[in-house]
Amino acid sequence: MKIALFPPNSLILADLVERRGHEPLVIQKEIRKRVTDVEIDSPPLNITEEEPIKGLKYAAIEVPSGVRGRMAIFGPLIDEADAAIIMEDAPFGFGCIGCARTNELTMFCLRKRGIPLLELKYPTTRDETVEVVNKINTFLDSLEEKNG
Amino acid sequence: MVKIAQISCGTDYSGVQKEIEKAAATFGAEMIIPEADLDYIDEAYKKFGFNAASSGIRLMIARAMSVVEGKTKADAVFIATCFRCSEGALVRNEIRRFIQQNTRLPVVTYSFTERTKADELFIRMEALSTIVARRSLLAREKQEGLTIGIDSGSTTTKVVLMENNKIIGTGWLPTGDVIETANTGMDQAFEGTGYKLDDVDGVGVTGYGRLTIGHHMNAELIQEELSVNSKGAVFLAGHQKGEATVLDIGGMDNKVITVNDGIPDNFTMGGICAGASGRFLEMTARRLGVDITELGPLALKGNHEKAELNSYCIVFGIQDLVTSLAAGGRKEDVASAACFSVAEQVYEQQLQEIDVREPLIQVGGTSLIGGLVDAMSTILGGIDIIVPDYSQYIGAVGASLLVSGLGTKNRSKD
Repeated sequence: MKIALFPPNSLILADLVERRGHEPLVIQKEIRKRVTDVEIDSPPLNITEEEPIKGLKYAAIEVPSGVRGRMAIFGPLIDEADAAIIMEDAPFGFGCIGCARTNELTMFCLRKRGIPLLELKYPTTRDETVEVVNKINTFLDSLEEKNG
Repeated sequence: MVKIAQISCGTDYSGVQKEIEKAAATFGAEMIIPEADLDYIDEAYKKFGFNAASSGIRLMIARAMSVVEGKTKADAVFIATCFRCSEGALVRNEIRRFIQQNTRLPVVTYSFTERTKADELFIRMEALSTIVARRSLLAREKQEGLTIGIDSGSTTTKVVLMENNKIIGTGWLPTGDVIETANTGMDQAFEGTGYKLDDVDGVGVTGYGRLTIGHHMNAELIQEELSVNSKGAVFLAGHQKGEATVLDIGGMDNKVITVNDGIPDNFTMGGICAGASGRFLEMTARRLGVDITELGPLALKGNHEKAELNSYCIVFGIQDLVTSLAAGGRKEDVASAACFSVAEQVYEQQLQEIDVREPLIQVGGTSLIGGLVDAMSTILGGIDIIVPDYSQYIGAVGASLLVSGLGTKNRSKD
């Protein structure tokens, strides 16, 4: 199944998802498509003025262009997801999209989808970490069972 | 009294609360603040799923939840946040959707500044009150007797004479002195019909000049253009049942109204920038040396991608246009680019605030500009757009139709 992640560029979450046989929907893949497209020349991410306009699907015109530009990339991943994992309060190194407003909107959109959702707080001790990994694995395995 | 639930953040510290209450009171409505205690705020925003950083925004979410869960009784909802607050803009939109998905209350959203005054809010409050208080009048589907409708717009004045559900006379002219213009428009509408003002059963007035003309003529109906236009649009399009979206790109402001069975349930009005209005197209036509009626057909022959034009600002937009022509651009392409730019702005600034429901009925004088209708359809992914006959007269038709619901009285017998 396709699993959306928050933070949407978390390598650790993506790895856990892949290990359980699912497809992580991560922004690295989307950005890769852009930076390898020779047709677009808008470094560093090859995001043009079109993206904030596309992002209007997720946020109104009054919302800053950076939020809408990010949503142009994350929004379709949210729409495509069969399930999602949200890790709140994670430090920058775990994954970060650099904008608190986008964080709020992304999490809200994931919750609004009504798909199976696992919400976690970033673990701060060894015991909590083990528990979080177990929760993620159990969640991912249950999706497989539901999916047949 | 119509109760309008206020779901907002920042109106107090912006100093505009008094203006909001004044605007509502002018139209017989009262602003009420939905109940939400501290525990309920925490419960509500978690249930809603939006972890807003600002506690004022969390309170907004709780107040919306209170309306949806029936803890607060309201007839309509006014959602407002400070202009340029991104968290406010995000939540404002999501709350609007939430209320519309879970109630049948009419909703209007607004972003205010410290300069927001009651008059800017009048039309919105009047429309909210009308939708609630005059629902039976708005449900009227047939025009009866002989009635006249006057739409005194910012650019043009339109007059329609109707008899037993048919348009029998029209008048159209640029707005000058509102009373004189209305009189001339009426003369045009009566011409050849054998009728005169004393023969009509009712006069309905809408548009910017409605109060001046309405009081001068002692009109039976003086009504804001949002409810009147939506009525006229569904009547002319033959789509009085079911859902639709009415789009009116006007000379000075634009209106997008969603309707269900001919009654508006949500609307947005814009007028921040003239670059997204009919005025820009009028200036484009003048610069291209063509009549405004020729702009549409010209645009349909052109390709907007071949001319650099951006109407985000009317001044720079016209500069772009001149530069394109000087660089050897074809008139057709420039006309097409002008239409596309206006359509793009309407899409970005207004259609985002409303869930567009098909069919889209495009009305007003600008709906006669084929290139603009075509550009709008392209931007909206190729959806079908209905442009009914007499689309430039919708306000006058709506006024004429609605006034016939206010009882018949021959004015000469008054």
